[in-house]
Amino acid sequence: MIVESAVIKFAGDSGDGMQLVGTLFTENVALMGNAIATFPDFPSEIRAPQGTVAGVSGFQIHFGSSGVHSPGDAPDVLVAMNPAALKANIHNLKANCMILVDSDSFGKRDIDKAGFESNPLEDDSLSGYKVVAAPITSLTKAAVSELGLDNKSADRCKNMFTLGMVLWLFNEPIEYTIQYFDQKFKKKPLIGEANKKALNAGYNYALTTEIIKSAYQVLPAKNTPGTYRNMTGNQSAAWGFMAAAEKAAKPLFLGSYPITPATDIMQELAKHKWSGARVFQAEDEIAGICSAIGAAFAGNIAVTTTSGPGMALKTEAIGLAIMTELPIVIVDVQRGGPSTGLPTKTEQSDLMQAVWGRNGESPIVVLSASRPSDCFDWAYEAVRIAVEHMTPVILLTESYLGNGAEPWKIKRLAEMPAITPRTLNQADSLWKPYSRDLDKLARSWVVPGTAGMQHRIGGLEKDECTGCVSHNPLNHEKMVHIRKEKIQRIANYIPLQKYKGKDANDLLVVCWGGQFGIVLGAVMELQEENKNIAFTNFNYINPLPKNTEEIFAKFKRIIVFELNTGQFANYLRAVLPQFKYKQYNKIQGLPFTVKELKTKFNQILSES
Amino acid sequence: METLQCLYKPKEYASDQEVKWCPGCGDYAIINAVQRAFSELNLKKEDTAIISGIGCSSRFPYYMDTFGFHTIHGRPAVIASGVKLANPELSVWIVSGDGDSLAIGGNHFIHLVRRNINVNLLLFNNEIYGLTKGQHSPTTKQGVHTKSAPFGTIENPFNVGELVLGSQGQFYARVPDTDVKLMASVFIEAEKHKGTSVVEILQNCVIFNDDTHASITAKENKANTQLILEHGKPMLFGENNNKGLRLNGLDLQVVTIGENGITEQDILIHDAHSKSTVLHNMLIQMKLPDFPVAMGVIRNVESSVYDEEFHRQITEGKKEGKYKTVDDLFFSGNTFEVN
Ligand SMILES: Cc1ncc(C[n+]2csc(CCOP(=O)(O)OP(=O)(O)O)c2C)c(N)n1
Ligand code: SF4
Repeated sequence: MIVESAVIKFAGDSGDGMQLVGTLFTENVALMGNAIATFPDFPSEIRAPQGTVAGVSGFQIHFGSSGVHSPGDAPDVLVAMNPAALKANIHNLKANCMILVDSDSFGKRDIDKAGFESNPLEDDSLSGYKVVAAPITSLTKAAVSELGLDNKSADRCKNMFTLGMVLWLFNEPIEYTIQYFDQKFKKKPLIGEANKKALNAGYNYALTTEIIKSAYQVLPAKNTPGTYRNMTGNQSAAWGFMAAAEKAAKPLFLGSYPITPATDIMQELAKHKWSGARVFQAEDEIAGICSAIGAAFAGNIAVTTTSGPGMALKTEAIGLAIMTELPIVIVDVQRGGPSTGLPTKTEQSDLMQAVWGRNGESPIVVLSASRPSDCFDWAYEAVRIAVEHMTPVILLTESYLGNGAEPWKIKRLAEMPAITPRTLNQADSLWKPYSRDLDKLARSWVVPGTAGMQHRIGGLEKDECTGCVSHNPLNHEKMVHIRKEKIQRIANYIPLQKYKGKDANDLLVVCWGGQFGIVLGAVMELQEENKNIAFTNFNYINPLPKNTEEIFAKFKRIIVFELNTGQFANYLRAVLPQFKYKQYNKIQGLPFTVKELKTKFNQILSES
Repeated sequence: METLQCLYKPKEYASDQEVKWCPGCGDYAIINAVQRAFSELNLKKEDTAIISGIGCSSRFPYYMDTFGFHTIHGRPAVIASGVKLANPELSVWIVSGDGDSLAIGGNHFIHLVRRNINVNLLLFNNEIYGLTKGQHSPTTKQGVHTKSAPFGTIENPFNVGELVLGSQGQFYARVPDTDVKLMASVFIEAEKHKGTSVVEILQNCVIFNDDTHASITAKENKANTQLILEHGKPMLFGENNNKGLRLNGLDLQVVTIGENGITEQDILIHDAHSKSTVLHNMLIQMKLPDFPVAMGVIRNVESSVYDEEFHRQITEGKKEGKYKTVDDLFFSGNTFEVN
């Protein structure tokens, strides 16, 4: 059966290796040229209570030849490694979808633990679905038995048995995964062998028993020609920084402290010593950003990465970077809050903190990425703005983007926009530390080591001309306005806002950040039904693109979609108060679904 | 006699800014000593960065004609770490107070020392918060009445040297703000030492904690209250330089040469380069009235330096790396073509 796209969800205990299976399956379909969107969803405990719904770890992937804008609302195929995994997903299944289960894990205790009254495989409650029950655990053990592994190691291979079955189900080759094992387990050949055996056994089991009747085939996507690779948002952000530093011809410095879901950016950069990237794991987030500020003072491309609680700690230092007008990039991979909140779940609730969360009048550039692959571009753009306008820049991404993956069309450095730091290398007697460019209002970057250009900067207010400490009241007022105006003028150096929906004039759907793909997908479906609806997604949050007002003025109604209680809507109310904004919010640690969005759009469109 | 050609005279390191510490503040003597040391070290102004936190002492960078950064309270250690890692060629100096480095910045202080990044930290210890007008600090002696402890502080103070050694510190010196010559010579040794050098300066705040160090620093009896250490020299002090230290079992003991058959042979020789911290710790702990207070370079040991290792890994990574540019990386591994 050839299908345009399919959604598959792997769900199991947090120790079952579902994230690995999901990632391997993703890599595989990416190599086949499919469009992809993924959504890993896991508990914050490393090993949450076994067999319970709270301990279920899931990895959803949507892949296909077209129409893939999001990881999909509900799976076409659910893999449930135990009753808890089934229980956690049962409320969100498509009619007639396929459920693949490990029948070995449906004992009485497992069923009770998951909170089922009776065995769902026997009580008819799944009659509306195509249930495939295979004794995965025992088959896996049999497959690897001759290797003499201990029980636990043998057991651990059952995820690969499952992967084998699923690869067969979707007509995918298994060679890539075999190659992966050869690479990965070079030093542990026995484990590599066991995984390969389990994978093959799963594949062959599905093939020979005909337990799964109809196999799917998903054709490659009709993507723009080019060379692609599969990337998560965190990886692509890291690579964006490396590219920007190389383009700017300055060393990259990252000062950071581990925090979910941002840590991967630091870990990725730490691998690439060949590029000269300088990665400093600091003692806390304050030290992370402060080391970056020091590196910026000394002339490096300085970055710090974190998530909500760490962002809160960096606040005072961000103020210092604003006051000293030093270029640094602060990445906040948002997660559910407040406080420790939902460490592994996605949310967009740090927007207010990014735009306004500091003492004093402290304007800053805020950008946001909207897809896993464009984290690359926004990391790159953040560096460009920081060093060309001499300002700290906050880049907001989300757990959903950082962990999610999709194919990235590889760019060459030569194709990327120029980055021209405002470095002044030579002594200039007219120069003052805070003298400014007339267009950008940006000061120059004069780093220690530049002969004859010694100067002092700091967090105290400074005289408009000389940069010397000043407590003059009128000077302070002037400086506050200059700092604000400097950020506003960046709007002259960024592209205009675009929207999708040429002749629409009724409903404008607004979103920002990582919900882009899902909202776009929903809007496009309504556009195909000829509904009067248009869509715009913001990546430049502060300043907003210059034509924002012009676009808003075209529409009768504007609705803002975001994963918080209305932070961007409120921001727009403050910045462009002449328009009325409706809002739609979700605060469940989960992304939107296309279905709920369409329902909401239709409801508004039907109101006159 | 050969005269050294100095790049700058001490005064030429001063910036054009008016110095605004209170008249009589110990900070004036310290800045004089720093300028003297810079001159002797032939430091190029443009290759020198002075990073401070917040406090009276932290106004220091404004008064020097080098690169300077007056940062935020407690964080100069990490900002300076970033500067040094970004440009290891620079001579990096941290100027900080006891509140700045040991209260709000305590965490950064111990980690800087533990990592052993090649910077110099001048810790102005006046045992009080100056800039916020007289609250006790982590070095204030127990029982001292302060603005925020009007009935006497009940806190245990840090001994800076112990904290440094406890954090794996390899260079620790103590100097009084009353001895510009000694300060300058110790600053020079600090700069020459590879790794984090902590110099604790007993600094007098005339306004909020006047004379807190007077029992140690007062001119009249400093010969008896200070033991000025020099590597390789016997630990002698006193008006006639005839008092000294020796080991008596596991304890230090003050003895007088000529009394009870004591000769110079019995006096301990200072070994600042000893890897063992035992004797260094004993010297750091010496207190009046039973002992003189140890001054000068107490510990100066070579050990692996973070910034050197940091850049060594990068240099090796560049040499051995599979890639030369990001393009190489981007097109490596699992890529696929769409036509
Ligand atoms: C985050 C923060 N908290 C508190 C302060 C207020 N503050 C400024 S200086 C200082 C203490 C300074 O004492 P010390 O470091 O000993 O320096 P001194 O003024 O004595 O030289 C404090 C508490 C501040 N500036 N920032
Ligand atoms: S308050 Fe104390 S430390 Fe501060 S300048 Fe005055 S005397 Fe010096």
